[in-house]
Amino acid sequence: MKFGIAVFPGTWSDRDCKHAVELAGHEAVMLWHKDRDLKGSDCVILPGGFSYGDYLRAGAVARFAPLMESVTEFASAGGLVWGICNGFQILCEAHLLPGALTRNSSLEFRCAPTWLRVETGDNAFTAGCARGEVLQIPVSHGEGRYVADEETLDMLEREQRVAFRYVRRDGSVVEGDTPNGSMHDIAGIVNERRNVLGMMPHPERACEPLLGSSDGMQLFSSVAKAVSGNGVMPVAAVS
Amino acid sequence: MTSVELAVASDSELAEVALTRAEYVHLVESLGREPNRLELGIVGALWSEHCSYKTSKPLLGTLPTKGPSVLQGPGENAGAVDIGNGLACVFKIESHNHPSAIEPYQGAATGVGGILRDIFTMGARPIALLDSLRFGPLDEPHQRHLFDGVVAGIGGYGNCIGVPTVGGELYFDKSYRTNCLVNAMCVGVVHHGKLTRATASGAGNLVLLVGADTGRDGIHGASFASVVLDADSAARRPAVQVGNPFLEKCLMEACLELAGDPRVIAMQDLGAAGLCGSTAELAHRGGCGIEVDVARASRRETGMTPYEVMLSESQERMLIVARPGDVRSLQEVFERWDLHSDVIAVILPDQRFVVRDGAEQVCDLPLDLLVDGAPLRGAPGPRPERPQPPVATGVPAPTWTSDEALLALMGSPNLGSRSSVYRRYDHQVGDATVILPGGDAALVRVEGTTLGLALATDGNSRYTALDARQGAMIAVCEAARNVVATGARPAAVTNCLNFANPEHADVWWDLHDAIEGIGDACRALEIPVVSGNVSLYNDTGGTGIDPTVVIGMVGVIDDVARRCTAGFRDEGDLVGLVGPVASELDGSEYQRLAGGVNAGTPPGLDIDLERRVHAFVLEAIEAGLLHSAHDCAEGGLAVAIAESCLLGDIGAWVGIDELGDGEGLINGAAGILFGESQSRFVISFAREALVRLHELAGRHSVPFRGLGSVGGERVGVTRCIDVSLADVRRVHGGALIERE
Repeated sequence: MKFGIAVFPGTWSDRDCKHAVELAGHEAVMLWHKDRDLKGSDCVILPGGFSYGDYLRAGAVARFAPLMESVTEFASAGGLVWGICNGFQILCEAHLLPGALTRNSSLEFRCAPTWLRVETGDNAFTAGCARGEVLQIPVSHGEGRYVADEETLDMLEREQRVAFRYVRRDGSVVEGDTPNGSMHDIAGIVNERRNVLGMMPHPERACEPLLGSSDGMQLFSSVAKAVSGNGVMPVAAVS
Repeated sequence: MTSVELAVASDSELAEVALTRAEYVHLVESLGREPNRLELGIVGALWSEHCSYKTSKPLLGTLPTKGPSVLQGPGENAGAVDIGNGLACVFKIESHNHPSAIEPYQGAATGVGGILRDIFTMGARPIALLDSLRFGPLDEPHQRHLFDGVVAGIGGYGNCIGVPTVGGELYFDKSYRTNCLVNAMCVGVVHHGKLTRATASGAGNLVLLVGADTGRDGIHGASFASVVLDADSAARRPAVQVGNPFLEKCLMEACLELAGDPRVIAMQDLGAAGLCGSTAELAHRGGCGIEVDVARASRRETGMTPYEVMLSESQERMLIVARPGDVRSLQEVFERWDLHSDVIAVILPDQRFVVRDGAEQVCDLPLDLLVDGAPLRGAPGPRPERPQPPVATGVPAPTWTSDEALLALMGSPNLGSRSSVYRRYDHQVGDATVILPGGDAALVRVEGTTLGLALATDGNSRYTALDARQGAMIAVCEAARNVVATGARPAAVTNCLNFANPEHADVWWDLHDAIEGIGDACRALEIPVVSGNVSLYNDTGGTGIDPTVVIGMVGVIDDVARRCTAGFRDEGDLVGLVGPVASELDGSEYQRLAGGVNAGTPPGLDIDLERRVHAFVLEAIEAGLLHSAHDCAEGGLAVAIAESCLLGDIGAWVGIDELGDGEGLINGAAGILFGESQSRFVISFAREALVRLHELAGRHSVPFRGLGSVGGERVGVTRCIDVSLADVRRVHGGALIERE
């Protein structure tokens, strides 16, 4: 399958995502922010970095890039869009996902291993994981504190749209003791149609035992499986 | 009229450009005329210590810079060595001390930005950053402010641009109270064929200025870095530049797209002394001349004079030399990255440095006089007599038990955990960091190969303060040991020499001795020095820093899968010591904590033993005999063992025969436990490997002995130390945390 990887000025996880995609045995195409062509991508990744320097607010400028018009259309048509770190911030700014990502509660940048509990498997990204499974995937961000109003949080929980929660290594809830102070310990969420995922941790950094964990590979494999599964995506089952 | 009569500049004019009266007279005599104000400013910048190395150049010439793997020695923006597979490793360390003392965030951030440019200017993609930092005592609020600002600045720049910060070092000592040190090292990788030089050629070729517009920031930055700080230094905050890592990221990607492109004749970044430094060096290296038209440079503000444009140190700018017919197509590459570029200069056939402001010529200097003409400075006086320190001073009778001593050391700011620092740096971007910060050296794999680069910085100023030559040799050896502990062979060195005011004879002779020490150690270990930087005048109001030699070391391991790490691994493994057991407390961290004085002579160093120890450890790792290897450094043997326990999250119990019955903590026992004797590693291995290790040690004539075994949850030395790993972890983890 083909992963399209967005490149905004200031993006830096593009090369790491390409590495992970190719390691998983798939094709990676780079999508330049000034273009509108998604080059036949089966899944578009919005990678980590500091798009446009994140000078106004993380992700606030990237949402206006020509490429994002195509990404929004693609998402509306049910296409798979995966925002990682800065990509999650862009998806929130573009209103493809609810809520916002604000400065870490420590007021410091945090680069550290984290453990994520898979909270739902009914989407293309986590279908290959067992619900409750714990994945070791590192974070690296200064603005990753997920916030939303009570109504939105209730909705996310009710509709089982929290994809990942920060937990301890053994899977137990750490409540509040997260790398960023996210509400409900949220590390990643999906949209209503479950074809758009935003997550702060970097799965592309956890695809080889040599780098400390290969748990991230499960997500890449899961997407590939969903796309190749006779063209039937879990999206169809939900909508 | 004689030329001296022509020399009419006032003392205050000379002070502004940091030239002495004698240098000025030499300038006028060489020119045969009075320079105009712009020319005087340009000469002041290029003749500053920072640019001209007028004090250190005669000394640096003694360093060994050649070797079979050296592709580029000192003289370019960075050094380069062959690492196999047709690849070169490009690296350099540089100081940003003066700006960081005044404005810690921006000073450190632009230090990172500057060293990154030095690497990608050569066509190499930066794959790792390291930082060597020194501050005054952390319990002083101003030091905490500097420390926090510098760490935030390093993270702010490196995290944004997406180059991992994988290592470095951090020390606190009262000698840095008024002059903190911020040395940044960058390491990049490039195919041999794409290695780009900063050597202009071809009269009539054009020079593009790419990147940021030129503003009034950083004017006189080079001169500022070449004088002592004083009470008015805070007023020089405008001489500190402001960084824009986002712009640098775009500039970096555009320049890397052009690496190896035949349209690019030369590439040179703008650093110290801005446009005048970069254009002059570019032309001088190529044996040609250059004519700059300041009217063509895009400005950030209106009303800037040619003087301000030439001396501005605005960041994130680059020069590209190209044939006239290629300029437009190169500009298109930069435009794709939304980068602005101006044709600002033309290469001249003769070695002149000409500046125009539109139609008006405002400067015309002989290039050789400008770049190479600063009168070199020799010793300011004879070697001063050093008071011979009394033997074994400085360690008062201990009032603590050895348990307390170990915990005090592990929880001290100099030996405690650095995780609260490196977790603020992205150390994993690039998918290449195989050994994360916290061990001896970081290990970064090289994309598309099985190769790994082991990276470390080292330098203990307590030793160099006692004996500059010996301390410098130890710095080289310890950096090498850190690299060797991962299984990598030391490949090459970069160095940063941080000293006080070299116009004082004691400082000059320390600098002399330190360079001699680096040279001796590098020759003995056969490691070439390929790049470096000298930072002098780290002195405020007559109080200078201790001489501080920082060695940046790069090692190569052919297959990262064969790496070794510093933490103990398996329950039941044996713990061994490679190297001697001795009792040397002078200059140690124990001495600092026990008495607060640094006195005596630094630990002895047998450089030949050092070489054999490296060979032994490398062979043992290559043969797969070791489960861990850890350099035994500050805090001595007991601390090294405790660190391996922490890193492996498992206890260990050892015995040392020389401790005897270990009654009390007499100096002899303290020396064995906490003395910092050199050429040592703490290793662990499966029991079955013991015989082969003894055989190997015999072959290399290296002292080696079993000490004990790995296991449990306590750190113990028979009859001396028995503490829980949890207690060690607690004090170690809290060492840098601000106490209420």
